[in-house]
Amino acid sequence: MFIIKCPNCGEREQAEFTCGGEAHIIRPKNPPELTDDQWADYLFIRQNNKGLQLERWNHFFGCRQWFNVARNTATDEIIKIYNMGEKAPIVEIEEPTTPSGEPSIGSGNFSTSTNTAKNK
Amino acid sequence: MHKKPKKYSVFSLVKNALSYHENWKPAWRSPRPKKEYDAIIIGGGGHGLTTAYYLAKNHGLTNIAVLEKGWIGGGNTGRNTTIIRSNYLWDQSAALYEHALKLWEGMSQELNYNVMFSQRGVMNVAHNLQDVRELKRRWHANRLNDIDCEWLNTEQVKEFCPVINTSQNIRYPVLGATLQRRAGTARHDAVAWGYARGADAMGVDIIQNCEVTGFDIKNGNITGVETTKGRINSKKIGVVAAGHTSVLANMVGIKLPLESRPLQALVSEPVKPVIDTVVMSNTIHAYVSQSDKGELVIGAGTDGYTSYSQRGGFNIVEDTIMAIVELFPLFSRLKMLRHWGGIVDICPDASPIISKTHITGLFINCGWGTGGFKATPGSGWVFAHTIANNQPHTLNAPFNINRFSSGELVDEHGAAAVAH
Repeated sequence: MFIIKCPNCGEREQAEFTCGGEAHIIRPKNPPELTDDQWADYLFIRQNNKGLQLERWNHFFGCRQWFNVARNTATDEIIKIYNMGEKAPIVEIEEPTTPSGEPSIGSGNFSTSTNTAKNK
Repeated sequence: MHKKPKKYSVFSLVKNALSYHENWKPAWRSPRPKKEYDAIIIGGGGHGLTTAYYLAKNHGLTNIAVLEKGWIGGGNTGRNTTIIRSNYLWDQSAALYEHALKLWEGMSQELNYNVMFSQRGVMNVAHNLQDVRELKRRWHANRLNDIDCEWLNTEQVKEFCPVINTSQNIRYPVLGATLQRRAGTARHDAVAWGYARGADAMGVDIIQNCEVTGFDIKNGNITGVETTKGRINSKKIGVVAAGHTSVLANMVGIKLPLESRPLQALVSEPVKPVIDTVVMSNTIHAYVSQSDKGELVIGAGTDGYTSYSQRGGFNIVEDTIMAIVELFPLFSRLKMLRHWGGIVDICPDASPIISKTHITGLFINCGWGTGGFKATPGSGWVFAHTIANNQPHTLNAPFNINRFSSGELVDEHGAAAVAH
């Protein structure tokens, strides 16, 4: 459970929101020309990052507005909230020292240490 | 070389009882990794350990290592609600899970390790007309696939499970249920430990606290892995990392159709035997059984967002408990003892991927989502076949990674059962 600061309504519990999945996936401009692999890529393939992830959220039991969220999926910490249509922000997050390791806080598991990595 | 572990029997129990159980030998070794193996399995959960076990047993490949970043069985193998069944709708899934169920039936004997497999039956409850139609459709599909399944009306449900509330005046009344009598539960830790012991006895190295941090690929062939315990070479590598599969796949540039989400479960304080079967409900999203210790084991649905934090929202727990209390009013005063989350990797069609990849020698087994425990032995069996022969077993051929391009999805969403 975490708190999300809705741009319209302020801080509310995550249970009021629905996650619309990865943000910045662009609908293909030329659907008839797409190969099967390109369709699969658009429809099914997801980044599923451990660490920084950019997502769309909807305040479903509130103002019902969509917005974008930059979130650390290792800790569930929300880094930045920005409007639909805005470009992906450049943000810094604390990442686990090893790719599958645990962060220092925010995980159900313990960890030893962390380092800071920058989003490219 | 190590000595083979002694067979467990009533005599070994008596003998060790006389020495106050202080002289039991470890069930598996903790070796240092060698420089090179014939095959490496990444992930020491149930699926990884069974893969290693069947590679050794069925395919004679014993120079192999299982790499586990934590401790074996510490991931989803130790975090599930231990339900085992094979009543899936589609032929491909039914064949795969039924094969697994048959392996469960002989597992304790084969491993000489009591996995406490209990065929207490699994009941899938219907609460509205649509549920009744769906479940009856699945019942008939199961019969056509030679999988045992029965339809119970409301009275029969009450007779089979007397503690369930069959009042027709509740929000989600019980209109009937399917029952698979061969389905049931098992002790999840024992499954990991039993297969680890069995694989170790055949020479498999189980290496814990060893996280894979990179892969080495030369000309499209896999040649080894970088780990927190150094580099290990191998020409065949199987990735069985559940929620962290995407993290590993990203290292070699393979994009997967997975989303990793928290799936929560909880257990109550122990009570005397009160429910001798497994009750699942798709509509109200809850499932419950009673462990041999007496705790009620309760499962919830997934949280609706990507997370690797191994914890979820309390609203999911609350929804689940509300559903359980309506179905079983007598559970309402039980205290909950423990609550946890696991990270499950979910495919768009809610079916697993057990497949070769475009990199020669790299194989993946993932996407089991919320229902991987029941498939543990079957998954290892077919994945071992895929790795040993470099081509899929007939059972896992439909579960290849190319199905997302070809469109031949095995769509078990809603068709399978709870949380699918």
